[in-house]
Amino acid sequence: MNIVAIVDYGMCNLDSVARAVEECGGEALVTERARDLETANRIILPGVGAFTEAMRNIRQRALDHILYEQAVEKQIPFLGICLGMQLLATIGFEVEETNGLGFIPGEVRRLNPSGEDTRIPHVGWNEVYPSQDSPLFRGIAPGKDFYFVHSYHLCPRDEFQVLARTPYAGGFVSAVQSGSIWGVQFHPEKSQHTGFQLLKNFLSF
Amino acid sequence: MTIKIRIIPTLLFKEMGLVKGIAFDSWRRVGSAMQAIKVYNLREVDELVFLDITATLDGRSPDFETIDELADECFMPLAVGGGIRRVEDVRRLLQVGADKVVINSAAVETPELIQQVAQGFGSQCVVVSIDARRHPNGRYEVFTHSGTQSTGLDPVAVARQSEALGAGEILITSIERDGTMMGYDLALTREVSEAVSIPVIASGGAGNYHHMAQVLRAGTVSAVSAASIFHFTQQTPLEAKHYLKGQGFKVRI
Repeated sequence: MNIVAIVDYGMCNLDSVARAVEECGGEALVTERARDLETANRIILPGVGAFTEAMRNIRQRALDHILYEQAVEKQIPFLGICLGMQLLATIGFEVEETNGLGFIPGEVRRLNPSGEDTRIPHVGWNEVYPSQDSPLFRGIAPGKDFYFVHSYHLCPRDEFQVLARTPYAGGFVSAVQSGSIWGVQFHPEKSQHTGFQLLKNFLSF
Repeated sequence: MTIKIRIIPTLLFKEMGLVKGIAFDSWRRVGSAMQAIKVYNLREVDELVFLDITATLDGRSPDFETIDELADECFMPLAVGGGIRRVEDVRRLLQVGADKVVINSAAVETPELIQQVAQGFGSQCVVVSIDARRHPNGRYEVFTHSGTQSTGLDPVAVARQSEALGAGEILITSIERDGTMMGYDLALTREVSEAVSIPVIASGGAGNYHHMAQVLRAGTVSAVSAASIFHFTQQTPLEAKHYLKGQGFKVRI
C-alpha cells in the first residue's frame, strides 16, 4: 500500500490534495497523529495560509519534531506544497519573523515586483524550468505551466538545492530538493494533467 | 516575464441550480453545477469562480456540503463566494476544497474581515468582488447583495481599501453589462486595475473573444471572466485562448 499522509495542521485545502493523491493511485490519509505519520510511506505538507500562523499550528501539535524524524532522519519521501514548501526554510518574514522547519537552509521573502506587469500575489499559470535532472519532473517538459497562487517565495541558501525556477518577479525558485525532501511552490493538485504527472512521480519514488 | 492571461468561467448558483441573468436580473436556469464542473475539468480550464448569489440575500452561510461535493470533482483552481461573513466560513470553505474565497457584500459592510482572512490564511486566497453600476452622469457606484443594495461608494476606493487590508485579487463586475454580451465596461475595468497593484479580473459583458482582447488591451487585467458566452453560445475557453494567442497575448494552451 502506498499510504500518503497529508499533514493536517488546521488551515489548508486538505481535500484537494487528498483527492488528487487518490486520483494518482495513492491512498490519502489526512492526519495530525504522530502514529499515522510514523507509518506512512510518504508525507505531503500542503499549504494555504500565512507562514507565522502555520508554524504556530504545527508547533502546537508538536508536528515539527515528528516531521523532522520522518523526513530528515528516516528519509521518508516528503513533499511540501506552496506554503508547505516555504515552511521547509530556516526562517520566514510573512507577518512577522518566524522560524520555519529548517529542513532547507534559506529564507522566505516577499516577491519583488519587477516592472509594471508584475502584480503580487503571483496568481495563475506560469512556466516551470527544472535546473537539473530530477525524477520529480520525469515526463514533464521544461516550461510546462503549473498553477501558482502566492506572494512569498523560498530563497534557498544553497544553489544545489534549487530544482526549478519560474520567470516572474525577476525569477524565483519554484521547486527545491534536499535528498528525499521536495518542495514545490505551485499547486500540483490544481495543475491538471501536468500536476498529476508530478504527483505520480512523487508516488513512484 | 509575464504570467499567462487566465480565462475564468463563472458559475452562478441559486437554489440548487446554475443560473445566468441579465444585469443581475431575469435569471435563467442553465443546468447542474456538477455537470458544468465535470465539463470544465475535461476541458482543463484555467480556473473556476463559483458564486452562490442568494446566500447573502437569504442571510444564509455558504452551502458547505454542496461545495464539498463539487470541489471533490474539481481538479482546477476554484474560487468560491456567496454568504461569506465570518472567518469561520472561510476556514470551512478552504477545508472542503476551495482554493480562494470571494468576498463581496462583507468587503463593504465589514472590511476588517478581509484583514482577518488575509492574516489567517494569506492574501493569496482572498478575492474581493466589486459589483459596480454606472450612473447616467458617468459616476460608478458599488452595489452589494447581488446588486440590490446601493452603498454610495466608489469602486476605486473600495478596491484600494481592499488591497490595503490584504486582498489578493479584485474581481470587478459591471452590473449593466453583465449578461448582455455587449462587451466589458472598459473604463470601469481600467480605473480599477490602474488603482491597485494586485491582480484584477474583468467581469461582465463578454459576448465574444474580441471583447476579451479589448478589455485586456484597455487595462492591465490579469484575467477575464465570462459566463453567458459559455452557457449560451458555442464559444469555449480553449477557442478564446487560441484567438487571444493570435492577438499576441500569453495564454496557456
